[in-house]
Amino acid sequence: MTIPAAVFDSLIATLEAESPIAFDGLRIDCDGETYRLETPERERTGLDEDDLEAALESVVDYVTNWHYWQEAVGGTGTARRAFLRWCERAPRAAEMDTDETSATSDDPLEVPARYDALREGVDREWGQLCLTTRLVDDTDAADSAGERVYDLWHVDDADTDLADLEVYDDPRDARELSTNDDDGRYRPLKTAPTLVSGWAFTGLSGSELVETIGFFYPATIANWHRELQGTLDVDHWLETAERQTGIYDVIDELPREAVEWLTEACCVDSQCLRRREWQYEDGDEIAVDGGDGQFPCREPCSLVVAAARKWTVLESEDERTYELELTPSELHQLEELIDAVADGRTDEIREADVYDGANRYRARYLRAKRFDDDGTLEARERHDD
Amino acid sequence: MQALVVAAHGSHLNPNASDPTYAHADTVRETGAFDEVREAFWKEEPHFRDVIRTLESESVFVVPLFISEGYFTEQVIPRELRLEEWDPEQWDSDGTTASQVTLEAEDVDKTIHYCGPVGTHDAMTDVIVQRAENVTDDPDVGEGVGLAVVGHGTERNENSAKAVEYHADRIREQGRFDAVEALFMDEEPEVDDVTDYFETDDIVVVPLFIADGYHTQEDIPEDMGLTEDYRLGWDVPAAVDGHRVWYAGAVGTEDLMADVVLERAADAGADIGGALESDTGRRADT
Ligand code: SF4
Repeated sequence: MTIPAAVFDSLIATLEAESPIAFDGLRIDCDGETYRLETPERERTGLDEDDLEAALESVVDYVTNWHYWQEAVGGTGTARRAFLRWCERAPRAAEMDTDETSATSDDPLEVPARYDALREGVDREWGQLCLTTRLVDDTDAADSAGERVYDLWHVDDADTDLADLEVYDDPRDARELSTNDDDGRYRPLKTAPTLVSGWAFTGLSGSELVETIGFFYPATIANWHRELQGTLDVDHWLETAERQTGIYDVIDELPREAVEWLTEACCVDSQCLRRREWQYEDGDEIAVDGGDGQFPCREPCSLVVAAARKWTVLESEDERTYELELTPSELHQLEELIDAVADGRTDEIREADVYDGANRYRARYLRAKRFDDDGTLEARERHDD
Repeated sequence: MQALVVAAHGSHLNPNASDPTYAHADTVRETGAFDEVREAFWKEEPHFRDVIRTLESESVFVVPLFISEGYFTEQVIPRELRLEEWDPEQWDSDGTTASQVTLEAEDVDKTIHYCGPVGTHDAMTDVIVQRAENVTDDPDVGEGVGLAVVGHGTERNENSAKAVEYHADRIREQGRFDAVEALFMDEEPEVDDVTDYFETDDIVVVPLFIADGYHTQEDIPEDMGLTEDYRLGWDVPAAVDGHRVWYAGAVGTEDLMADVVLERAADAGADIGGALESDTGRRADT
């Protein structure tokens, strides 16, 4: 296979500006007169320009790989570049001046294996998104040499035929797709695991892929990249709470243990795909599991701050002791009702499933029996004096 | 590279609150004037807190999609963006004259041009007039017509009333409408009595709000007597006390708002080329 002329020209131009080229296993040195070509598989020395061009034909994947990252992606040091490299399982070490090549858990692929994989498509998951990186079908057109394109769809649609999905190509369409859940309810938290399926983005460029993910899961790539570099700036609960003003000024009064309940309510994987990295404060960890998400959460989000305001007000009340009459089964039913709402399961309870305590008829029966004429539970406050 | 951030309130409850933000950001995107354009929110994502780090540009222009100077533009946005050494004094504003200040942020290595809100920019006056033209479907609307610019009032800060008065004064000076009044929801002169303030048969009412919501779609129409119940809708124009009231809905949804965003950034030094819609219009006319 020949090297497209434009690729060869840009390679020579690059070598003139800065020798050597050393990238993803490809190394080309120029001593002014002759070139030296090296890959993990072979080494050639004493080449003139024509020799070099001929020699490169045996390592064409290395060359187009260099060209793609050099020309099409660029952006050395950016989150975009790091993310696109992660997408195709490219080694990180080439990106950064660090020795920790083992920092990523999955095995990076060197160029030959990576190109084999890219011809099939390399799949990655990002929250509820499935991303596929693939090589553009080999044409000899210079501008598509080594070019990757990216497809994106819902993980639940991984096995769905493309013909059955609504296909998009404008990143901004992701805004509309991520606005409501399957029941048509607004999703104020973009990283809630309630993204609708049934759509696909195909043939995106690298920048378009990053932009699209920016609409589905805003800022996740930037913070993931910071974490990868060891520069994620986590703001713990107390710092975030103390920073608030106006109506949220009160939330730093939320009791320590209530912050545990808050994270269990809002931040666990069943509710949010970000992996909570923030704690109560530096050195005081929250016991609730932060989750296994691909991307980190660096501080309490606006939804949690708004909810915390409500809980701060509620927690300012003193506890009292009440007496009320319930059968053991009715007490159990209250638990079932709370569980059903907390797990978002009420829609699934069948009309006639009176065995489920959160069934509508069961709840209406309990209300008829235990509520008084004012529509409140008949309970008496107990005073011990 | 230069980036534009449109900073808006957003909502946890109402999915449409961000529609104008997206629409104006898209208009700016399509001009190609900026290498990157982002929407950022207080109640949606990306949050103000995280937006700057999503940009590759070293020069960032932040334009608050807010009506007036006050709590959000002076405290919340600068704090959440981590603008170093921010002090509202740097705007040297009398409540409607904030233009821009150049700062750095603690968490990124970029220059941030923090602009005044769209609502107080002079170009906003044109948007209000344009809104009146659109709702009456009359590009020459003015003669024999009264215009009410409606705002919140001083509820949260006095600057919100100042912005409304500022534009009402400027439109009045143009002499285009028979009468121009600034009216408010929670103080005198009140929008409830809108017909008391005009002698003209026709009254155009333009609320100086960024997004349509509870105030512009429920309160104001009912308060003015356009309808008994907002859920039933209202006529445009609607007959009220022998006047015809043309109610325009939030000015912030007007397409021309994108120009105000661009002008704010241009005032702060952004190179926007010939991106202004109004310029294109002028060129087309000649
Ligand atoms: S604070 Fe909790 S709910 Fe909010 S984004 Fe972070 S992990 Fe998710």
